[in-house]
Amino acid sequence: MTEKNRMNLATISKFREFGLLGFIVLLTIVIQFLNPAFLTLGNLTDLIKNTAILSILALGMMLVLITRGIDLSIGATLALSGMIAALTVSAYPDLHPLLAILIGILVGVVCGVVLGFLVSKVGILPIIASLGLMNAFRGLTFWVGGGEWISAYQMPSSFKNIATSSFLGINTLVIIAIIIFLYFYYFVNNTITGRQIYALGSNPDSAKISGINSHKIYMIVYTMMGGLSGLAGVLWVSKFASAQGNTASGYELTVIAACILGGVSINGGVGKVTGVLLGAVLLGVLDNGLPLIDVSPFWQMGIEGAIILVAVLFNTIVKKTVEKNNRLRRVI
Amino acid sequence: MKKFSLLSFLMLVLLTLLVACGGEETGSDEGNGDSDGGGDDAGERHAIIFKSTGNPFGEKLMEGFEDAITEAGDEAILRAPEQPTVEGQIQIIEELISQQVDSITVVGNDYDGLEPVLTKAKDRGIKVLSTDSAVNGNSRMVHVNQADPEAIGRIQIEAVAEMIDNEGQIAVLSATSQASNQNLWIEWMQKELEKSDYDNIELVEVAYGDDLRDKSVSETEALLQSYPDLKGIIAPTTVGIAAASKVITDKGLQGEVVVTGLGLPSEMAEYIENGVSPWMYLWNPIELGYLAGYTANMLVAEEITGEVGDTFEAGDLGSYEVTETEDGTEVLLGDPFRFDADNIDEWKDVY
Repeated sequence: MTEKNRMNLATISKFREFGLLGFIVLLTIVIQFLNPAFLTLGNLTDLIKNTAILSILALGMMLVLITRGIDLSIGATLALSGMIAALTVSAYPDLHPLLAILIGILVGVVCGVVLGFLVSKVGILPIIASLGLMNAFRGLTFWVGGGEWISAYQMPSSFKNIATSSFLGINTLVIIAIIIFLYFYYFVNNTITGRQIYALGSNPDSAKISGINSHKIYMIVYTMMGGLSGLAGVLWVSKFASAQGNTASGYELTVIAACILGGVSINGGVGKVTGVLLGAVLLGVLDNGLPLIDVSPFWQMGIEGAIILVAVLFNTIVKKTVEKNNRLRRVI
Repeated sequence: MKKFSLLSFLMLVLLTLLVACGGEETGSDEGNGDSDGGGDDAGERHAIIFKSTGNPFGEKLMEGFEDAITEAGDEAILRAPEQPTVEGQIQIIEELISQQVDSITVVGNDYDGLEPVLTKAKDRGIKVLSTDSAVNGNSRMVHVNQADPEAIGRIQIEAVAEMIDNEGQIAVLSATSQASNQNLWIEWMQKELEKSDYDNIELVEVAYGDDLRDKSVSETEALLQSYPDLKGIIAPTTVGIAAASKVITDKGLQGEVVVTGLGLPSEMAEYIENGVSPWMYLWNPIELGYLAGYTANMLVAEEITGEVGDTFEAGDLGSYEVTETEDGTEVLLGDPFRFDADNIDEWKDVY
């Protein structure tokens, strides 16, 4: 029985991804038809580069959502680590960019550990704990930055090169995103901890009974999320060559949207790395494509929302059809 | 029991942290007002509300405002909501009304949205004025403007025309599509473009980056993709102009596409030095805040009423006259200030 259920789930998620992929292709064709500049090498490079940070964050968020949690503090964590990294490099221009990245990750990890602790040991609901920390981290960002922005001229070029340099013709941001994607693919599918995350998400009680240390798992997912937010913060500041107190304000919702689009269930236990990647790409295509087609700015947000809704509906219908077929085939 | 006490302790720590952070923001602002405003305890209280916290332009504006108020021996209250929303400003204004301040200077997040609460303030005898970003004529007694919107709009077209030798396609990258000051400047840009001198210049698109880094970058990239012959971008907003300049720099299009508009000197120093933006404009926010402070003082002292023709002296700045606009009256600071390779070094550390 469980064997069969798992198989059904597998088919569903496969279908979901195909549905999403089909939708992206459809959208691409429409945009390309309206503006032939869309499918050019230059534009696609921009698109992938701009989606890199989103996909890094979405992968971390996927783990959090799978454990039935949510992290609303990532935008603030991103801003805080970006600000601290920017302040550090402006004070020590000779600092190696790798060290700047490490500082950012470290700040993010600390933020993640605090949240993980509140969620796992203290038992505060993730949405409440992260909401509180979101404001605390945002306030901290204004405080360390003294309300000022760190501008391009204050950052050494080695730091700005993190986002503009490329390796084998591929932008560094994209390479970092690919490495993280591959690692996550391996981590969730092939490691014991990775599988335990899913087990805990689909049924926390039986997971605990079967000997999974839930505290440890919660700590791991929130710390990873924090670390990735910290990394994203440094990349963000390097990419835009500016650190503000309100950097990426509200970005957590975009990240969550990418996960939901990618088929991650808010109820926990369900979510695939490839799906999340497709979800991020869909949002990337929208962000890149909508400015290219000549629509009124008043409509742009509405269209973006409508397309997201249609994509989710499309997914749900496919999922329901598959489920219905499965039920019909079930032997009672 | 042990677990419970640990939990309470943690909650306490968290709360202290939150309070400490919250207190830091408002505390430092009001603290400054108190310490500088000493000497005259019975002084009036003048409040200024900026769009949102943590904006360097706003910090300087409020600094100038505070200078003017403390010079007069009064107390300045500096406030701003965390997010640039009307709701946040309404809440702050309600608080200020119940504190019975003498004047409220607001940098509006919305042209019409603050009317009910500002009318309420005026009914309670509080003098209401706006600066930088105006609120509608019914909500305010007078608006203190950086420069004539007409001059701001026209000067940016003149600048871009000079940079591209009066020929080629240009585009505008603005803030949000509802931003009242940006929209007004763009209207004047379009009027300036009607002149026959600019017959060979074509304004191909007005794009909106919403003052967000990522969106402004996407919009700039889209402009470059859609119009391969684009010669210039005018961005009359600080985030937009820096984001557009960054894109041009990264793509190595220096000299092919110029960027100008209104930007913060610190944000633009890099791009003025590397030639992406030969020059750009902004007013002096310290002087703007200073003038707003003086105007607030004059209104409370009832030396002016905000009617057309009122004149007053504003400390070091000289004398000013209240003039008429399409909606309400205003005081004009002066022409926007030009930042170029020669003077950017001395300004980039200021704001």
